[in-house]
Amino acid sequence: MFSKILIANRGEIACRVIKTARKMGIKTVAIHSEADNNSTHVMHADESINIGGLTSQESYLDINKIIDAVKKTNSDAVHPGYGFLSENRDFAEKIENIGKVFIGPPLDAISIMGDKIRSKKIAKEANVSIIPGNLDSIKNINDAKKEAKVIGYPVIIKASAGGGGKGMRVVFKEKDLEQSYNSAINEARSSFGDERVFIEKYIQNPRHIEIQVLGDKFGNYIHLGERECSIQRRHQKVIEEAPSPFVDVNLRESMAEQAINLSKLVGYFSAGTVEFVVDDSKNFYFLEMNTRLQVEHPVTELITGLDIVELMIRISADEKLPINQKDVQFNGAAIEARIYAEDSKRNFLPSIGRLTRYIEPVGKNIRLDSGVVEGSEISMYYDPMISKLCIHSENREKSINLMTMALDRYLINGVNTNKDFLSNIVQNHSFKKADFSTNFISEFYPEGYDSENKDNKLIDEVILIATFIHYKYLLRAASISNQVKGFQRLIPNDWNVITEDEKHITKITYNSYNKNYDIILNKKYFKIKSDWQIGFPLVAALIENKLLYFEISRNGPYYSVSHHGNKYNLIVLSNRHSELNALMLKRKEKDTSKFLMSPMPGLLVSVMVKEGQKVQAGEALAVVEAMKMENILKAEKDAIVKEIFSKVGDSLIVDQNIIEFE
Amino acid sequence: MHDILKKLDEKRKLAIDGGGKKRTDSQHKKGKLTARERIEVLLDPGTFEEWDMFVEHRCSEFEMDKQKIPGDGVVTGYGTINGKLTFVFSQDFTVFGGSLSESHAEKICKIMDKALQVGAPVIGLNDSGGARIQEGVASLAGYAEVFQRNVLSSGVIPQISVIMGPCAGGAVYSPAMTDFIFMVRDSSYMFVTGPDVVKTVTHEEVSHEELGGASTHTQKSGVADLAFENDIEALFQLRRFMGFLPSSNKEMPPNRVSEDPADRLENSLNTLVPNNTNQPYDMKELITKVVDDRDFFELQPEYAPNILTGFGRMTGSPVGIVANQPMVLAGCLDNNSSRKAARFVRFCDCFNIPIITFVDVPGFLPGTSQEYNGIIKHGAKLLFAFAEATVPKITIITRKAYGGAYDVMSSKHLRGDVSFAWPHAEIAVMGPKGAVEIIFRNDIGDKEKIDKKTNEYRDRFANPFIAGSRGFIDDVIIPSTTRKRICRSLEMLRNKKLSNPWKKHDNIPL
Repeated sequence: MFSKILIANRGEIACRVIKTARKMGIKTVAIHSEADNNSTHVMHADESINIGGLTSQESYLDINKIIDAVKKTNSDAVHPGYGFLSENRDFAEKIENIGKVFIGPPLDAISIMGDKIRSKKIAKEANVSIIPGNLDSIKNINDAKKEAKVIGYPVIIKASAGGGGKGMRVVFKEKDLEQSYNSAINEARSSFGDERVFIEKYIQNPRHIEIQVLGDKFGNYIHLGERECSIQRRHQKVIEEAPSPFVDVNLRESMAEQAINLSKLVGYFSAGTVEFVVDDSKNFYFLEMNTRLQVEHPVTELITGLDIVELMIRISADEKLPINQKDVQFNGAAIEARIYAEDSKRNFLPSIGRLTRYIEPVGKNIRLDSGVVEGSEISMYYDPMISKLCIHSENREKSINLMTMALDRYLINGVNTNKDFLSNIVQNHSFKKADFSTNFISEFYPEGYDSENKDNKLIDEVILIATFIHYKYLLRAASISNQVKGFQRLIPNDWNVITEDEKHITKITYNSYNKNYDIILNKKYFKIKSDWQIGFPLVAALIENKLLYFEISRNGPYYSVSHHGNKYNLIVLSNRHSELNALMLKRKEKDTSKFLMSPMPGLLVSVMVKEGQKVQAGEALAVVEAMKMENILKAEKDAIVKEIFSKVGDSLIVDQNIIEFE
Repeated sequence: MHDILKKLDEKRKLAIDGGGKKRTDSQHKKGKLTARERIEVLLDPGTFEEWDMFVEHRCSEFEMDKQKIPGDGVVTGYGTINGKLTFVFSQDFTVFGGSLSESHAEKICKIMDKALQVGAPVIGLNDSGGARIQEGVASLAGYAEVFQRNVLSSGVIPQISVIMGPCAGGAVYSPAMTDFIFMVRDSSYMFVTGPDVVKTVTHEEVSHEELGGASTHTQKSGVADLAFENDIEALFQLRRFMGFLPSSNKEMPPNRVSEDPADRLENSLNTLVPNNTNQPYDMKELITKVVDDRDFFELQPEYAPNILTGFGRMTGSPVGIVANQPMVLAGCLDNNSSRKAARFVRFCDCFNIPIITFVDVPGFLPGTSQEYNGIIKHGAKLLFAFAEATVPKITIITRKAYGGAYDVMSSKHLRGDVSFAWPHAEIAVMGPKGAVEIIFRNDIGDKEKIDKKTNEYRDRFANPFIAGSRGFIDDVIIPSTTRKRICRSLEMLRNKKLSNPWKKHDNIPL
C-alpha cells in the first residue's frame, strides 16, 4: 500500500479523497494555487504545496507543475479527483514515467473512452447498444427516407457541422420527412455554410442513467448499480439519485452487463462509469464512459455502504477487489443535490464572493461533501460548486422530505446559491412521482427560479414562526434597564402578519405549564415549541410536534423568512399599527424592463450602442468585465436606446443602470 | 359635574380632530400619518401623557382670532419607549400647516424644559410649513426660544429629530442642533431656501426632492443620519434606536438581556483580511461578527462610506462603533469621513457610550480638493474628538495604521484604554514602498535595490511588534477571539473614571 498520495485537485473532492486516505493510514499532499492559499483542502491535508498561478490553466491543469510537486513531496501515487486532469492520458503517463502510480484506469482506456468515435466503435464491438443512426451524411431525400425507415421513427436530423439546435429537426412521421429535411439543410447552410446533415434515432423523454463499475488488475469486475442523473440544466447535472426510481431489476442487470462487457473489452480497471440514455420504453443506448470518479459517486456509496475511493486506491496498489458481485447490496434511497454559487433568477450566472456566514446541516441521514468553511472564498477561477448535499434513508419519499428539511437549515450567506431552486425541484410533483426526463428543468423552470416570486402565498407555518419570533424579540426588548414605574409595559398578544397582498391575524400566548407557545390562526390552534436563540438566523421549531426549519432575518418589525425554497418578506404589527400601516403608500416598483442593468459588479469595458439607436432583441449592448471575464449584455427585446448612464471605464455595482430604453 | 365632563369631552374632541376630516384625509392620501397617529406608533401603547391640549394661539391679525383650534398645531407630552421615559412633540400639519406660532413654540419649550430637568430624551416629529406668518416676529421669537433650549440640552439629554414633512427656512436649525436627524423618503424635505427662491436668485432649477429630500441629505450633504421608506418604518426604527441611548448624560446606557455568549469565537475572521494588502474586504463583516446578535445599527451608511459609524451591543450593553471601511477609498480619512466620525464620537462621549474603533487606514486622502476644503481642520476634528473622549475606548488595528491617521484613530497616545492589533497589522509611518522611496530617494532608479530595501522595510516595520515593543498596543490578538477580548476589556473598564480639566467649554476646530 502507498504511504503517501498527492491529490491533484481542489475543493470538496480533494477533501473527500483526503478523508479516505486518512482512514487508510495514508499520508496526503494537497496542491494549491495562489487563490487557494487558505482553502479547506489545504488545511485538511498532511502536507501542502503551493504550485502558484491563479487560473486552472496556471495551476491545477499544469501537468509539469504537478509532476514536480509529486517528485518534491516524494508521493507514491496521485489521485486526480474529477475534472481537471482526471481524464488526461498525458498526465497519467507522465506520472507512470517517473515511477509513480496514477490512481485510475489504464492509459489506453483513458484515450479510447476520451474519443467520441472510437468509444462508440468499441462499444459496438462489445455489443453495447448504441443510438441507431448513421454518422455519415445523407446525400438526398431518398437516402434520408431509407435511413429513417431502418432506424425507425421518430428520428432527428442534425447538421454535421452543427450545434446549438441549429439545423436540427425532429421527424415523427415519414410524410413530414421531406419538408424537415429541406429546412434542416437550409438552416445548416445558412448557419454553418455546410449543408451536410445526418439522421439518428430521436429519443423521446430521455433519461440519463449511468452504471458504476469497478475492476481490478486481475480481471475481476463488479458493478454498483445505477445512478439517475436526469435532472440537468444545460447538461450540468443538478440532482442525482441511486437507485433510479425508473430502473427495475431486469433493466439494471442488462445495463450492468453491457457496462461490464465494455470495461472488459478495454481491459479496464479502477472505478468507471458507463453513461446511458434511456427512453420511456426502457430502451437504453450507450452515451460515453467516464474513466474517473464521478461527482455523484456518494449516492452509490450511500446505498452500497462501500467506499469507492478506497477501492480505487486498493486497486491501484495492485490489490484484488475485496468483494464479489453478490456482496453488493442496495439499501434504501440516496439523493444528492449539488449546491452551486449561482443566481437562479438571473439565468444562473455564477455568483462569487466570500461565504460571510455558512452553517452546514448535520444529521444521521445527511452526508455533506464540501470543501468550504465560513470565510471561504468562492472564486471566479474555478467551478462554482460549493458542496454536495446527500440524503440517505429507507425510501425515496423519506429522502426527499429529509432533503427539503436539510436545505431549510443549510445557511449560506455571501453568495447567491441554487439552494431554493433545489428545494423547489425536490418538492415538484413530477419529481416526487419520479416522472421526468432530461427536459425536466427546461420544462418546469424555463425562466430559472425566483424564491421571492410574488405569487407565493403565505403558508401557516411561516405566519406562525413570524409571530413567534416577533414575540420573542419584544419580550427581550422589554427587558431593558432604566424603565420608569407606573407605565406597565404590556406586550400585545394579538398580531397581524402582513405581506404586500395578505394579512393574517394571530394570537400568541405562552403556556408556562408545558413551555409551549400557543398560537391561534384562522380559528385553528397551534402549539409551537422552540429553544431558538434570539438573533440566530436559523430557527428550529416543533410546530404541532412536527420539526421544521426556517431561515430568518430581521430589520425592526420587518422580517424575511425562508422556508421550503420560498422567501417571504413580511411585517408583524399590532392591530392598531396594522391599520395605520395600511395608510402607507405602496411604493411603485421601478419598471426594470426599461433598463439594462449590470448583472454583477464589474467594469464597463464597452458600450456598443448610441442614444436614439434602435436595437433588436439579442443584439449586444455592452460588455461588463467582472474579474477578467467579459460578459456581453444583450437586448432582451426590440427597443430604442433612450439614455446611456455609464461610460466606458466606470465600475458598476450590481443592478446599476447602464442604459434606459424608450 | 356631568356638564363639565361633557364640556371636557367636547374640548378634547376638538383638539383630537385637529384640522378636521378633510385635512386628515389629505394627510393620509400622501401616505403620511397624523401627529397623534405618529405618537401612537412611537410610544408604548397607552403610555402617552398629553400636555397643553387646550392651548390656543393669541393672534388676532388677519382674522386669525376667528380660527382657533385647541392644541395649535403641535401635540406635546411624554410617554415611554420600551418602558423608558421619553418626551415628544409632534407637529400637526392638518392644523395651520403645522406652522409655528408663539404658543406652538411655548408648548415645545415646556416639554423641553421638563425633559432637561428630569433628564429624559426629547424626540421631535417635524411636519411644519414654517413660521406662522400672521404672527410675524412673535413666531420668529418662538423659533429662537426652541433653538436656545436645543443648545442648552445638547450633551445633557439626547435630542432626536424626525423630518416627516416639510422643514424649511429657519425651522431647519432646530433639527440641525439635535443629535440625530431621520427622514422619510419622498414625503420630507429640508432646506434653508426653497426651490422658488433658488430659481430667482441663481436661476438654478431644482426640485424639492433634489434640493432637500431624504436622498440628498443622507448621501450628499450628510445632514440626515438615516432615511426610511415611510412613517411606520421611520418610527419603528426610531424605537429600536432609542434602545441604545441613556436617558441623560448622568445615566449609563441601558443594558438588556443578551443570549449571545461573550466568548463566541468567529473562526472566519482569521481569513477576513486578504493576503494582498491592496485588496479590500468588508469591515462590516467584522463589526457584525463582533457585536451581539450581529445587530449593527449603522448611521449615515450612504454618506462618507469610507468610515462606518453606528451602534451595537456587547453582552447587552450599547457601544459606539467607528471603523475604517477598506471597501471605499481604501478606508482613508477625508473631509467628510472625519466630520462624520468626529460628531459620532462626541455623541458617544456625551452619553457614556464606550467607543470601539476598528482601524485599517492608509492615511488621509491627498489632493487639492481635500486641502482646499480644509482637511487640516476637518481631520483635526476627529483627532480632537477621540482625544477629549473620556469614555472607555478600545481600538483594534486589523491591517494598516499609517502615519498621522494612526494617531487619529483612537490610538493609545490619545488615551485609548485598550489597543489590540491583529497579527497582520502594519503600524508604521507609511507603507513600505513609499517609505523606501523617501529614505533611499537617491537609488530610485535602481529597481533591484529599491525592491530589496522595500522587503527589508516590510520585514522590519510592517508588523505590529515594533508598536508592541513600545507598549503602544497592549496585545496582538488572534482575529477569531476579537469579540471575547473586547467583551473582557469592556468589563474591566466598566467603572473607568477619567475627567478633563475644568473649562467653560473646549474650542474644537469647527
